[in-house]
Amino acid sequence: MSNFKVLTNGIIKENPTFRLLLGMCPTLAVTTAAINGLGMGLSTTVVLIGSNVVISALRKIIPNSIRIPAFVVIIASFVTIVQMLLQAYVPSLYDALGIYIPLIVVNCIILGRAEAFAFSHSVGASACDGIGMGLGFTLSLTVLGGIREIIGAGTIFGISLFGASYEPALLVIMPAGGFITLGLCIGLINHLTSRHEQKELDQANQELMGIEAKGEAE
Amino acid sequence: MSEPKLIVSSSPHVRDKETTASIMQKVVIALIPAFAVACYVYGWSALMITAVCVASTCLTEFLIDKATGKPNSVKDWSAVVTGILLAFNLPVSAPWWLCFVGGAFAIGIVKMCFGGLGSNFMNPALSGRAFLLACWPTRMTGSAYIPADAVTTATPLGIIKEGLDASMLPSTLDMFLGTSGVYGAIGEISALALLIGGLYLIFTKVISWRIPVTYIGTVFVLSMCFGQDPFYQIFAGGLMLGAFFMATDYVSSPNTVLGQFIFAFGCGLLTVIIRQFGGYPEGVSYSILLMNVAAPLIQKYTAPRVYGYEKKKKKESEAA
Repeated sequence: MSNFKVLTNGIIKENPTFRLLLGMCPTLAVTTAAINGLGMGLSTTVVLIGSNVVISALRKIIPNSIRIPAFVVIIASFVTIVQMLLQAYVPSLYDALGIYIPLIVVNCIILGRAEAFAFSHSVGASACDGIGMGLGFTLSLTVLGGIREIIGAGTIFGISLFGASYEPALLVIMPAGGFITLGLCIGLINHLTSRHEQKELDQANQELMGIEAKGEAE
Repeated sequence: MSEPKLIVSSSPHVRDKETTASIMQKVVIALIPAFAVACYVYGWSALMITAVCVASTCLTEFLIDKATGKPNSVKDWSAVVTGILLAFNLPVSAPWWLCFVGGAFAIGIVKMCFGGLGSNFMNPALSGRAFLLACWPTRMTGSAYIPADAVTTATPLGIIKEGLDASMLPSTLDMFLGTSGVYGAIGEISALALLIGGLYLIFTKVISWRIPVTYIGTVFVLSMCFGQDPFYQIFAGGLMLGAFFMATDYVSSPNTVLGQFIFAFGCGLLTVIIRQFGGYPEGVSYSILLMNVAAPLIQKYTAPRVYGYEKKKKKESEAA
């Protein structure tokens, strides 16, 4: 697989939130507004790229039997760096994300990619995987946060959309609304994917039939 | 997905003239007395709210059927019943968009997303109401239920909850008739009208007596235990509407005899607990929704022994 393919893989085909259903806890908890989703996504991306690169570089040194503790130490170091940076430069986002920043350590996307990808691939490919998965996560969190913010608060990135007469549906930014929005998004994406796959299958079948017909004619 | 041409089911096979549509039509007929009282008390707004809700539920069901390529299921009247029941649970001041969103959520999310008629895990009308209550709390609580020109400022259960002057309470007879000075969601005000509709359903065998009688009986007895006027408690709020029309929903309640008793007792218990100790003055809708979720479990543990299978206990003793 080329590095470019690795990169796009995480954004669409194996989108961590909508396709792999990884990292559900921060997904449901912080997507009450688009900016929170974006902040959470980017923080996770930074940690993911860093941990993927370091784990990939050290993959020949880390003994197989203690690889999980080693992964966790590496990931936790990056999370601590991100946490301190956020606290220093964007305290408002730091307050909004709260406990979910330190919890990036246990986000299963990061550990999952370390185990499934970085530990067995080169540094370059692992960096691409980190960027792709991170951007996929950021994209889906921002979309979810955006939908919930528009319906549940009538704003997008804090900008009022419908004026004062709009009465926001509070439930959508409450936890139950997170589950409903996520479920509907996954349903829609599964529907689109299955249609796309069906189309590809039909096309392949047609080509096959064409080849067979040709063969018979010959 | 198309309807299967060959339907396989276990015996006994009984042929009956009753269809989903005819049952649902009977439910609509049974709701007419309560609707008449609502129109008498609230005037045009009751009619408008009901019309918008029914239009919303039918339209949503029609559009989703169209989009998913299923046969049009609006004809089975169940969306109409959901629309009317949702409207009966709304306050008189509800704006048209509130009714519309409630109907779309009830059918779109709770019913069609889970597979349409027969697959909804909760009562759609009640979950529509719960959705609206969570989304727009100020539009769905307190003075929202009181028409603009009324003298009183709270519903009867609201007065009890807030500990307001007891002389503001309407008399028990007024509560039973619901035609003067008793306010609440538009369809729940007259216990008498709902009772007539409920008895019609029981006599036409659309519903059995077990769930409503157990439900109302539980509330009656438990209210007495808590030192409340039991007659007052059973005529107040949405109990009659919930017990006859919503707790009896075929899909979201158990269908074993014992299961129905347990289900209705749970509804009654939760209703009294919410009325006594909860944050809201009325607990019928939440108690039915909670028991809806518990219904599959109740069903599982009360299912009768399959013919030909031995009881578990007997087997164990034989083995020993």
